[in-house]
Amino acid sequence: MVAPRIGVFVCHCGTNIAGIVNVPEVVEYARGLPYVVHAEANLYTCSEEGISSIKHAIKEYDLNRVVVASCTPRTHQPLFRNACADAGLNPYLFEFVNIREHCSWVHMRNHQEATEKAKELVKMGVAKARWLEAQEEFESGVYPAAMVIGGGVAGMSAALNLANQGFEVHLVEKEPKLGGRLLKLNRLFPINKDPSELVESVVKAVEGHSKIRLHMPAVVKAASGYIGNFDVSIDEDGQETSFKVGVIIVATGAQVLEPKLYGYGKLDNVLTQLGLEQRLKDGEVGEFQNVVMINCVGARIAERPYCSRLCCMTAIKNAALMKEINPKANVYVLHRDLMTYGVEFEEYYRKAKEAGVRFIRYTLSNPPKVVGRKRVKAVKVYDELMDMEVELPCDLLVLATPLIPNDDNAELSKILKVPIGDGGFFLEAHVKLRPVEFAMDGIYVAGSCRWPADIRESITQGYAAASEAVIPLRRGLVKVEAITATVDPKICKGCGICALVCPFDAIELKESKIRGLEGKIVSEVNAALCKGCGLCAAACPNRAIQQRGFTDMQLLSMVNALSGKR
Amino acid sequence: MPDTKEVQTEFKPKILAFCCNWCAYAGADLAGVSRFQMPTNVRVIRVMCSGRVPPELVIRALANGLDGVMILGCHPGDCHYSEGNYLTRRRAHVLKRLLEYIGIEPERFQLRWVSAAEGAKFSAVVKEAADKITALGPNRWGDKR
Repeated sequence: MVAPRIGVFVCHCGTNIAGIVNVPEVVEYARGLPYVVHAEANLYTCSEEGISSIKHAIKEYDLNRVVVASCTPRTHQPLFRNACADAGLNPYLFEFVNIREHCSWVHMRNHQEATEKAKELVKMGVAKARWLEAQEEFESGVYPAAMVIGGGVAGMSAALNLANQGFEVHLVEKEPKLGGRLLKLNRLFPINKDPSELVESVVKAVEGHSKIRLHMPAVVKAASGYIGNFDVSIDEDGQETSFKVGVIIVATGAQVLEPKLYGYGKLDNVLTQLGLEQRLKDGEVGEFQNVVMINCVGARIAERPYCSRLCCMTAIKNAALMKEINPKANVYVLHRDLMTYGVEFEEYYRKAKEAGVRFIRYTLSNPPKVVGRKRVKAVKVYDELMDMEVELPCDLLVLATPLIPNDDNAELSKILKVPIGDGGFFLEAHVKLRPVEFAMDGIYVAGSCRWPADIRESITQGYAAASEAVIPLRRGLVKVEAITATVDPKICKGCGICALVCPFDAIELKESKIRGLEGKIVSEVNAALCKGCGLCAAACPNRAIQQRGFTDMQLLSMVNALSGKR
Repeated sequence: MPDTKEVQTEFKPKILAFCCNWCAYAGADLAGVSRFQMPTNVRVIRVMCSGRVPPELVIRALANGLDGVMILGCHPGDCHYSEGNYLTRRRAHVLKRLLEYIGIEPERFQLRWVSAAEGAKFSAVVKEAADKITALGPNRWGDKR
């Protein structure tokens, strides 16, 4: 190994760091650290000037390690790694020290201690840098096909989008018919159109597309592999089928809660909003004189704290429709709050009020009560505005219930190794910044399986997921950050604990093919599957498995530097 | 200005915090962005997952004389790697008992969950650790060996 020659670059970040931390003192201190051959301060290390200063120093001082003490690797690591690469230094010979978020910004009133802390952080970074090694990023090919799970409006939009871009799509739907929940709806808000127009045109486009292979009724049974290279097997109408895809989009939708409240299932004139839609669609609803609707049934409660977003609009839609069928009917909507986001929706609500639908607010602590034994005869509700209980005659009670996660989400989550959140819906990689991707590369999410979404949102998310998924498909190659695990087959005893703790099935016990070790059972890491968590490295009793960029030696050297040991 | 002599004699524990890249480290970043002021005792080492930290390393840090070690990871169920923090949690239980057995106050080691959105919690966790370990006094375990 060539002796380390470390360069340290301490950033002023204008006054963000230099206003609190004594930067010249930190630079001076860095100069005295082992293997440091150059240290300098930059006004902004991330500026063009700073970057060229790094590149220049790498050549001038023959640096083979670079340490930048500035902000956070979560935003700036790629920039500095690229600067190293541009100057001919392997980008993995770079180490980041955070003296802004973790130091100057949180110790603004204690300049002296902040400076001491910055020095120690630099010392730790330099200690780790000494043990950094050049790494090559793993590249693997992408099989140019996609699987979309779910033939609802989100899944169909995604499938069409991908197919129209020229990629083969396997569309897997568990029902024998495409269309999903849309098939059951009577009208669409806020346009009051029959959804069959929309469904028919989309279904026709999907069914007639030469690039889309339909699997119906079918469920995913197993999936293994990684971005660009998934092996999927499905159960298609009792037959097992397998195929290969590069990316997967999950668009499995949700289901409507069947409540155990307000006599639902016991009294024969109580329906859910979806039940009402079905009857309206089938033409089975006659004229009603007194219709009461209750919103937030089983939603926004301790057990199910979220707002399902769509039910308010559905209630408004159907309330106005009941009024349309019989203008003399008394139609009441009992709600806790009304969610009518967006210009059109608020207008839709206003029109329903103009048409004569009455809205009464109730609270969770004082919910409406149903009167009647076999049928609902009336609903009592405490009207907050009038400060009194009112009794509303009722010959049809309609309950707006939330969308809830599908029962098979947990199973699919295990098969695909993608997370589900607290409530049972699928969980995206980042709530704001990565809304249609899973943390698992190459798998994407769209529609109500993530969160209740209306049709427009489902279509938008379907398109968004498809456009993310098409990136690796189009590139044909994916790169994996070189922080994956490596095994030293000489030390490995083949106990398999690493394979046991690996959440991604990236480790297998295999017979070694290395000369001198032929036939020895050792762990082997599949770099394409490894996500670089390092669980295996912490679990190995022999320290035979190491995580690149976070080796035992690197971590230990930081600990030792901090505690003043060598 | 405080008398420098007095500053030196006051016990300021040195605490190491292993933060996972996805939750705790991001939470620490958020604390910074939000300018949540906190004691200067804690130094962060970034790891990709809290489950990367071998218990031996925690013991090594304490044996080296550091006054406290924390592991900060994602909340249970939120692990970027699905289940890494469950391993951390199991290890931490065993580790606490081991520390007690070998004569290190188990309170010198702490496991906490901090999400990427919990800048305020990160700052609170740092303050809590600094207070607790200050109250414990310097780590004398290294001296006794």
